[in-house]
Parts: sequence; C-alpha cells; structure tokens
Amino acid sequence: MNINATMLGQLISFVLFVGVCMKYVWPLLTEALRERQQIITQGLENAAAAEKQLESANDAADIALEEAKKQAAELIGQARSRANQIVEEAKDQASDEATRIVQGAQSDIDQEINRAREELRARVSDLAVEGAEKILESSVDRNVHQGMLNNLAAQL
Amino acid sequence: MAGDTLTSQEYIQHHLTNLAYGKHPDGTWGFAKSAQEIGEMGFWAIHVDTMFWSILLGFVFLGLFIVAARSATTGVPGTLQNLCEMAVEFVEENITQVFGSRPNAIIGPLSLTILVWVFLMNLMDLVPVDFIPQAAHLAGVPYFKVVSTTDPNATLGMAIGVFILVLYYNFKIKGPVKFAKGLVTHPVPKWFMYPFNFVLEIVDLIAKPLSHGLRLFGNLYAGEMIFILIALLPFYAQWLLSLPWAIFHILIICLQAFVFMILTIVYLTQAHETDEH
Repeated sequence: MNINATMLGQLISFVLFVGVCMKYVWPLLTEALRERQQIITQGLENAAAAEKQLESANDAADIALEEAKKQAAELIGQARSRANQIVEEAKDQASDEATRIVQGAQSDIDQEINRAREELRARVSDLAVEGAEKILESSVDRNVHQGMLNNLAAQL
Repeated sequence: MAGDTLTSQEYIQHHLTNLAYGKHPDGTWGFAKSAQEIGEMGFWAIHVDTMFWSILLGFVFLGLFIVAARSATTGVPGTLQNLCEMAVEFVEENITQVFGSRPNAIIGPLSLTILVWVFLMNLMDLVPVDFIPQAAHLAGVPYFKVVSTTDPNATLGMAIGVFILVLYYNFKIKGPVKFAKGLVTHPVPKWFMYPFNFVLEIVDLIAKPLSHGLRLFGNLYAGEMIFILIALLPFYAQWLLSLPWAIFHILIICLQAFVFMILTIVYLTQAHETDEH
C-alpha cells in the first residue's frame, strides 16, 4: 500500500474517460432519451385525442343510424301506401277494361245482328216473291208489288 | 489455498502486493520483487496491475456505452441500449435530486463514468481471488492484483480529480474572494476567530477528497481481505463462507460505486451553493 505515481496515472485516465464519456456517450444517450420521451408524450396525447374522436364518431354514427332507421320506416310506410294505391288503380283499370271489352263485344253482336237483319231484309222480297210464285204457280211481277215487298222488308 | 512453499502470512502478503514498475535504489529500472522494494522505489513507481485493470475496464465501459450511444434509437431500444439508458437515467435522477437542474455539462458524464467504471473495477472482486494471480504467476508475473479499487492510488486518484473540479467550481461560481471569505468566516463569524475557522475549514476541505477516496478503498480492501482469508481454508470448505460473502459483496460492490458517485454529486453541489448556510 504505497502512494505513488499510480495515483497520477489514475487521475489522467479518469480525466480521459470522463472526457470521452462527455463527448461520445452522454449527449447521444440523453438526447435519445429526451426524444423518446417526447415521442411517447406525443403518442399518449394522440391516443387520448383519438379516443375522444372515436367517442364523438360513435355518437355521430348512433345519430345517423337512428335517422336512417326513421327514414327507412317512413319509406316503407310510403311504399306500402303507394302499393295499395297501385293495386286499387289496377283494379279500377281492370274493371274499366272489362266493361269496355264487354261493351265492344255487345256492339259487335249488335252490328252482326243488324247486318244479318239487313241481309235478310235485302233477301226477303226475293223469298217472298219465290214463295208467292210457288203458291200462285205463276210469276209475280216484282215491279207491281214493289210497294208491298218494301213494306214486308221494313217489318223485319 | 496456501501453496506448499508459502505460509499463510506470505500468501496474504502476496495477494495484497501490487505489481510495481519503478526505479530501484541502485538506479536500475524494473519490477519490484517484494512489497519492501515497492516502498524503496518511492513516489515515482507505478502499479502496472492497477493501471492495466482500470484502463481495461475503462475501455469496457466506454466501448459498451459508445456502441449503445452510436446505435441509439428513439424507437424501441435494444438490450444494450436499454441497459445503458437505465444507467444514464439513474444517474440523471440522482443528479436532479441532489444537484438540481442547474445547467452543467460535466456532472452527468462525470457521474456516469464514476458509477460504471467503479462498479466494473469493484466487480473484479467477485472473480475468485486465486484465478488471475495464479495464471499471472504461471506466466512469470510475480504479483497481480485484480481489483483496482483495493489500491488507494486508484481511489485517491479519482477523488483528487473530483476535488480539482470542486476547487474549480468554488472559484468559478463563488469567486476567489467569496471562497476565501467562506474559509475564514465559518463556522464562527467573529473576526478574532478567523484563524481558528480557517484551520477547521481547511481540514474540512482536505478531508473530503481523502475520505472520498479512502472510503471506497477501505470497503473494497476489507472485502478482498476476507476473500483472501476464506481462501486459506481447505478447498472443500471454502464455498461455505465464500458463497455467502460473495452474495453479500454484490451489495457492497454496487453500493460503493453508488456512494462514490453520490458523494461526487454532493461535493459539486456544495461547490455551487453560494448562499450562506
């Protein structure tokens, strides 16, 4: 246990080590620590803000959903009433159409009847003359009895 | 383990002797062959083993921390960076608590260097006492002390480094006049007591680096001594004592490194305090 120049050697190496540490170690590590602290602080703040945003977004979504449900219900109601209306209209149209068809048919029938009657009417004089000739066994002059024949046809 | 040719006393003596290089009384330079020869070399001798281990461990400290600092990322740190950052944060925390937040570029790296360097030097105490000296002996080196902090030269060298800083800050912060005034007006602020105050204050001032260095030395020297004494037991019984002592010594190793650092911070804080107390 002698005190000697080792002490000076130790002092010198101590100073050198502190110097190197001061230049190449301490600033870099403390800087990294500060920066990470900042990043973490920023991250936590961001997370808190995001949480708040999420909350408000959730609220907004709830409101929007409620609104959409209301609208949907309204639309369904409208659609239902419109459907009923369409069905009613179709029924009306259908019955109108049916009436129209029946009427058309009726007028066709009437026309046919009239036409048959006109035909008959046109031929009745011939038939009458033919019949009378058979009965009288002589010819009948159509021109002489034209007035009577017309009368007969008009009765048809 | 005492060898066949060594008595217990010689064995202990051997383990407590440094490998010294210096000038022999006859004028030749060389390694001292005994503790007595080291004494005869006087001041201009150097403990090669102390220097070797302290510088090696200093490089270990700087190597690890420079690698960590170079690749330091602000993202997720790796294991080495984590370890180094823990040390830096621990040092910073202690500085903030004692020294406060005064801007000072040197106290941080100074405290970190002390903490880690002293810790590493102390840690060598856990290497079984015979391993390295025996290996050195086989290599032809007569003495080889492994724990630098069991050499008062090492601890006092560091303490003096801190003391120089203390004086520097006393002059820088308080100025020579206020510093000199502080030396004579404490603790009794009466003019006729100034010489008495001065003696007290000088003793106080000198005692700080002395106790600072010797505290670390004493603790580690005593611990080493007990390991050496345990090593005198028969080999099959040594673990009974050396294991508990080594476990307890882990505490001392960390604690003394911490104490040396915290005292450095305290002394520098006192040097910065300008108000009367």
